[in-house]
Amino acid sequence: MLRTFHKGGIHPPESKLSAHKPIQVLPVPGTVAILLSQHMGAPAKVIVNKGDEVKTGQIIARGEGFLSGNIHSSVSGKVSRIEEVQDVSGYRRQAVFIDVAGDEWEDGINLDTNLDKEIRYDGPEILKRITEAGIVGMGGATFPTHVKLTVPRGKKAECLVINGVECEPYLTSDHALMLEKGEEIMVGIQLLKKALQVNKAYIGIENNKPDAIEKMRDLASALDGIEVFALQVKYPQGGEKQLIKAITGREVPSGGLPVDVGVVAFNVGTVFAVYEAVQKNKPLIDRIVTVTGKAVKNPSNFIARIGTSISDLIEAAGGMPENAGKVISGGPMMGKALSGTNIPVVKGTSGILILAEEESTRLKTQPCIRCAKCVTVCPMGLEPYLLMTLSERSLFDRLETEHVMDCIECGSCSYTCPASRPLLDFIRLGKSNVGKIIRTRKK
Amino acid sequence: MSRLLTVSPSPHIASDQSVEKLMQGVVISLIPAFLVTLYVFGLGALIITTISVITCVLAELTIQKYMMKTEVRIHDGSAIVTGLLLAFNLPSNLPWWMVVLGAVFAIGIGKMTYGGLGNNPFNPALVGRVFLLISFPVQMTSWPLPVESRMQYLDAATGATPLGILKEAVRNGESLPDVMNQIPDHMQLFLGQMGGSLGEISALALVLGFFWLLYKRILTWHIPVFTVATVFVFTGILWLANPDKNATPLFHILTGGLMLGAIYMATDLVTSPMTKTGMIIYAAGIGIITVVIRVFGAYPEGVSFAILIMNAFVPLINKYIKPKRFGEEVKHG
Repeated sequence: MLRTFHKGGIHPPESKLSAHKPIQVLPVPGTVAILLSQHMGAPAKVIVNKGDEVKTGQIIARGEGFLSGNIHSSVSGKVSRIEEVQDVSGYRRQAVFIDVAGDEWEDGINLDTNLDKEIRYDGPEILKRITEAGIVGMGGATFPTHVKLTVPRGKKAECLVINGVECEPYLTSDHALMLEKGEEIMVGIQLLKKALQVNKAYIGIENNKPDAIEKMRDLASALDGIEVFALQVKYPQGGEKQLIKAITGREVPSGGLPVDVGVVAFNVGTVFAVYEAVQKNKPLIDRIVTVTGKAVKNPSNFIARIGTSISDLIEAAGGMPENAGKVISGGPMMGKALSGTNIPVVKGTSGILILAEEESTRLKTQPCIRCAKCVTVCPMGLEPYLLMTLSERSLFDRLETEHVMDCIECGSCSYTCPASRPLLDFIRLGKSNVGKIIRTRKK
Repeated sequence: MSRLLTVSPSPHIASDQSVEKLMQGVVISLIPAFLVTLYVFGLGALIITTISVITCVLAELTIQKYMMKTEVRIHDGSAIVTGLLLAFNLPSNLPWWMVVLGAVFAIGIGKMTYGGLGNNPFNPALVGRVFLLISFPVQMTSWPLPVESRMQYLDAATGATPLGILKEAVRNGESLPDVMNQIPDHMQLFLGQMGGSLGEISALALVLGFFWLLYKRILTWHIPVFTVATVFVFTGILWLANPDKNATPLFHILTGGLMLGAIYMATDLVTSPMTKTGMIIYAAGIGIITVVIRVFGAYPEGVSFAILIMNAFVPLINKYIKPKRFGEEVKHG
């Protein structure tokens, strides 16, 4: 019996159109726009000026806030302007625009692709390199990796959980990465184990990727303390809390962090970035992006420089389909719909999904028939129908006592509702109001 | 670029479930029971089902269009399901105008007064049935003989239901084993060879429908299984205590409206609890009240009352029985 999490969950069609497509290197674009907010916390502080010449891999902004990370130039060329650009959330945020000239890399970055297995640094040095490289969680949450690696006082990390689940339909970037860079990921895991001083690492991969499971198992068998778990296919298994539950049986407490149960979790993409940062001294300046959708001519996995326009990626996958109705950054369950494609790729961009017009509109909302499907599928054990009603009526006190803040916004409730009710929309609204109330109370 | 893109919050895909499909699934699951009732009660079954369904749909249409002046939503199929289930809870020789009255009451009072689908606290079909039972106690408890009178409607020869025979016998102080000889054996009860309401007679057909509903994920197993299990255990205890006065648990679960009630009436999505634990409490309540009415009450059968009583407790159950939250307590695996 394969492991999985036990509360709730759904089985959306997998639609992994770009599975088994090799990772293609996207040519360096003519200009890039590198956002200063590519992590959870405050924007990084820019340290270059208009007109400056920069090299690929050169630091251009420092993450000074608690949940910030450094930002590096992903290309070589000249800073043409520093101004606002629309990001995937639709907000306008500061970005550094660079006109590309050649591809000259910063000194000290090792550009060869040979596997470097030698672990030559101690924990603090590994952490320092990761911090410098500006690595953030690449599954989409963009939580800075160096913060996760700094275990709070009084807590103890006991094991690492590596997320190769990729439970979002359509997306295949982690799958492609495991197939092509499995060796590097194993080195990355060893580096993280050393940085955290833990002996055990568990890799979770859903059973719809048997080739990746086999490959990772093969590689792990030669190493100490790395175990691969094939997991039942179920959304949202890639959610950190669900994955930790599936693999270790431990439940991250409500309002708590994984480290409260002795676990630190990383996405395989993050682990690969750690490998490159520590072994090759390469900062996080590119990432794998799946470009996919039923109407897309060539669904593909690209390795793209940060700051590349999403329209360039779509062009490379065969262009914008005639009947495109929606462009999503991320997967169909948790991704963000974009109002245009002139938006730069950031560290958290795992995929670009294009839905055809007929897939893009929601069905008409019908009255709740109290079928309890939303309660059944909620992986956090909440009651979405109730949260929606409370949110509609602005009953924020009750929302808080009904634990609205536990919601991970996986969308299983809205997905499953036979009456097509916008459950998550209202729950988000409620969360944001309750969040504000909680912050005011703390002040 | 000039193309206009749709922007909406996630999730961007939805399951292919819909209210219409759920209702269709329920209708399909009722086919076996309907075929059995056509075989057993023939003409009467056909007339009553047709009248009930048509009246329910027309009542809903009329109320939505002319009284509530809202969008007409009869296409969701819920009125058809109410009509079918009401018919399944009636004897096959009931005069047509009583059926019409029951159907109008079920939809009008049982459902639309509360605001329509999703807002009614009580199962509309049962509201209709109990209204008829209280208003027309004689007609509602005269049961055409199975199979032999299937070509007649109003003039069908009638007899008692197994539960009625049992109640009568206990009242007269007869010993049970003698009475049991007048009642079809368990196999016949299971297949539906007995007097009763249209849809309640064949446990086999109803269980087939139940499997379909489970397969289509329209229902979970909790309410039907726990209702029947509670009745089984409770009547089992009574039977073990006094086999001369009490019927076997198997007899109790195969007769009367228990199967129909447990599978189709108690599980009404709108009027049953939202959590699994809540469902189990609710189902146990239905089972206990059913047995209490059957064994100690004046009526031979009590499933309808039991369900309506427990319907009233659903808001309370929903308020106090919460699903177990993820991370509610720290668990080290």
